[in-house]
Amino acid sequence: MAAKAAAVSLTVNGKPVTAEVDPRTLLVQLLREHLRLTGTHVGCDTSQCGACVVHVNGKAVKSCTILALQLEGANVLTIEGLAAPDGPLHPMQEAFRENHGLQCGYCTPGMIMTAVDIVRRKGNDLDDRTIREELEGNICRCTGYHNIVKAIAAGARAMRGSAAASQAAE
Amino acid sequence: MYAFTFHRPQTLRQAASLLAKHEEAKLLAGGHTLLPTMKLRLAGPPQLVDLSLIDGIAGVAQSGRSLTIGAMTRHNDVSTSPVVQQAIPALAGLAGMIGDPAVRHMGTIGGSIANNDPNADYPAACLGLGATIITNKRRIKADDFFTGMFSTALEPAEIITKVSFPIPKKAAYQKFRNQASRFALVGVFVSKRGSEIRVAVTGAGANGVFRVPSFEEALKKRFAPKSLEGMTIPADGMNSDIHGSAEYRAHLVGVLARRAVAEAIGK
Repeated sequence: MAAKAAAVSLTVNGKPVTAEVDPRTLLVQLLREHLRLTGTHVGCDTSQCGACVVHVNGKAVKSCTILALQLEGANVLTIEGLAAPDGPLHPMQEAFRENHGLQCGYCTPGMIMTAVDIVRRKGNDLDDRTIREELEGNICRCTGYHNIVKAIAAGARAMRGSAAASQAAE
Repeated sequence: MYAFTFHRPQTLRQAASLLAKHEEAKLLAGGHTLLPTMKLRLAGPPQLVDLSLIDGIAGVAQSGRSLTIGAMTRHNDVSTSPVVQQAIPALAGLAGMIGDPAVRHMGTIGGSIANNDPNADYPAACLGLGATIITNKRRIKADDFFTGMFSTALEPAEIITKVSFPIPKKAAYQKFRNQASRFALVGVFVSKRGSEIRVAVTGAGANGVFRVPSFEEALKKRFAPKSLEGMTIPADGMNSDIHGSAEYRAHLVGVLARRAVAEAIGK
């Protein structure tokens, strides 16, 4: 049976987007295949690995397990929208680079989007145990997590600095 | 996924009439069970009815000695709610043990209990606290609601709107996770409210969540882990798979029940 296309309007990385999609289209497919935002990855496609994590209305979710049509009016942030296009990296991205928090890089966009969400919920001072527990839904097969945990702790601290700096600038 | 038509009703009445009109339609709440099942083509509903635009079926409210949670309330909103943490900390704790943080941002209490997965956590809380499941048509006691693996007392076109939990004096949930899936290999919820003692078990039974009357009787004499010392349940009717034999699961029920009672009384 051919599915009838349906329209969905949402905001992705601050830009309004309207798309005609097959109702089966997952958010991650909308991002990668329709909008060509290929920073968000598909790892397991079963909501376990976290490579596809993006923020929907400010909260980390697995974009392989949400239909695009569920997101009418939603605000989506992907790894591409974390830092300004020509500006410096987001402090969490910088911390992953600085701490060698990645090897092959496949899980990294999901790790970073999850990390920023952890800081939103748990604050800027994160101990290793908290970070490791919070990473339950993000799988990395290269690093053994050690440097990811280090990067998230450092990134969380740096985000406090950058939030203070941007407030001071206002 | 098989093709489907997507509906986004704005009211419960519209949702119910869509269900009545399309016999094979499925409700979509958080989607974290239904969508993976559809991807595997184990489910292929021709119609999906999304509940997320309907007002008034999410949120937490306490009134007297009962706590009411809207069907579309996300696991994360239950686990972090100060009202739930204060009234029934075991319930907040249980919600915080489901899946992972991103899953908890989407998954809902209504979706979980309507699905009645034999390894899910919320059915244990509902049965273990003596909750009442409220639908667009009626109120159903948890004891009558869970009718077997993946099956409930819900009728066609019936929609869960909220779940009402009586606030217990003491309660705790102990979950022994499957190391791969992190689902409950066995989970035991215990509660004490006046003379009513409940022990509910998820993950272990071949027919889904169940109560353990022999444990409840023993705990009525004294609500302490010692009352359950040496007690076990028969392995008949337990799940048995590569993750654990029926005997192992039956053994865990006793161990976890004692741990849960110890936690409930603060020891």
